[in-house]
Amino acid sequence: MRRLRSMIPALIPLVVVTAAAELAVRYGLVKSYLVPAPSSVLRAMIESREELLGALLTTSASALAGFVLSTVMGIAIAVFLSSSRAIQRAFYPYAVFFQTVPIIAIAPLLVIWFGYGMRTVVASAFVVSIFPVIANTLSGILSTEPALRDLFRLYGASTPVTLWKLRFPAALPQILTGLRVASGLAVIGAIVGEFIGGQGLGSVIDVARTQQRVDKVFAAVLLASVLGLALFGLINLLSYVTLRRWHASEQL
Amino acid sequence: MQLKGVRKSFDKLVVIEGMDLEIAAGEFIAILGPSGCGKSTLLRMLARLAEPDSGSIAIQPEERFQTAFVFQDAHLLPWRSVLDNAALPLELMGAAPETRYATARAALQQVSLFEAEDRYPAQLSGGMRMRVSLARALVTQPRLLLLDEPFAALDEITRFRLDIQLRELWRTRGITVVFVTHSISEAAFLANRAVVLAKRGGRIKLDRHLDLPVERNDELRMDPRLGQEMKVLLGAMEEES
Repeated sequence: MRRLRSMIPALIPLVVVTAAAELAVRYGLVKSYLVPAPSSVLRAMIESREELLGALLTTSASALAGFVLSTVMGIAIAVFLSSSRAIQRAFYPYAVFFQTVPIIAIAPLLVIWFGYGMRTVVASAFVVSIFPVIANTLSGILSTEPALRDLFRLYGASTPVTLWKLRFPAALPQILTGLRVASGLAVIGAIVGEFIGGQGLGSVIDVARTQQRVDKVFAAVLLASVLGLALFGLINLLSYVTLRRWHASEQL
Repeated sequence: MQLKGVRKSFDKLVVIEGMDLEIAAGEFIAILGPSGCGKSTLLRMLARLAEPDSGSIAIQPEERFQTAFVFQDAHLLPWRSVLDNAALPLELMGAAPETRYATARAALQQVSLFEAEDRYPAQLSGGMRMRVSLARALVTQPRLLLLDEPFAALDEITRFRLDIQLRELWRTRGITVVFVTHSISEAAFLANRAVVLAKRGGRIKLDRHLDLPVERNDELRMDPRLGQEMKVLLGAMEEES
């Protein structure tokens, strides 16, 4: 009940903006071919429900695959980078490349490499979402308290043991922050990938756009946001389960 | 334990130079000195966490894991329960689960924390955390216990209690204790011998055997003999500040 009540503040702007948009379109303040009335977005959603649902599932699968891939690879790369200052200096600048690469520009390249279809979309989601995982995991691993490192050294803990029993759990709150950012980016990357070379919500948006179906574009965008929110919620759940006993961020 | 001509510097800053110090087995020694005089560095070298640039440190016996270290803050692993924190050193040394939990429980009992074993550090008071930290240091049955201003962040009542507990541990276990502090009253109350370091270069300003009874309790805190010892230490400290 308390959780439900805590959601009320977030619902107020939603209701107000939706109502305002509906009225603005009905009274002709905004042209319906620019911004559709919320009611017609809902109608488009119901009319094209099978197509949209299928597209949502396709996009979800690709975004999730890209996200899982960047989680696993991102953490592995961060662990590798954390192993020495020299390795960091040599390779970190190339990790930053993922952050700066304009995905829309290299998406056509991905199509050339991976062909039309899911592989390109997953690759696009991966490229966009891996950097925050690397950056946050690395900073978490490197900021382990020196006294605790001393403690592990004092009792002869090996580097892998120290990594597994000290550095990794200590970095977990920051890793989860990286995953939260990455989850949203993975959905964006998947949509962009689908624009160029795949099916799913991205391609629905692209086709509806050429048909001037603004209502359907909005419906698909809405579903994409819902997907992003769902992934975000999943990470929050994971964060609650792993951190609630010991980290201030998950304690009331 | 014998230090001869020990020198340690960081970059260009010489923290300790030409230090000679002998610590006998079973001693309770307090190291006093102003901030930045090299107290913590000395302790880290005794723990073999840092090597001297030159000079030698001979420690008898030379076995591994005979040394335990208690830090300025409790430094527990927040994701582990009290019991798992106390058992950590044994876990890292590869002891079997039954052995390490049994030993950890015994250590927790010694610092009167037996009933809190399932709690997490975030649920404990500062004093309790420090006691877990002490229990963690004791599980390996160390011969040498090094403490780096362990109770500095605690309120006075808690500190008084822990002082007495630490003194009891020293008496019952016959270990060697090196206690670094900047509190003159704590040093005088706890130790049998106090060493005051000079502000620069880790020179030994004063090395004094404290003439106080073996039994240390709250009554001693009002004892003029303690005041007398504190006055001597204060004198040496003041010349350095």
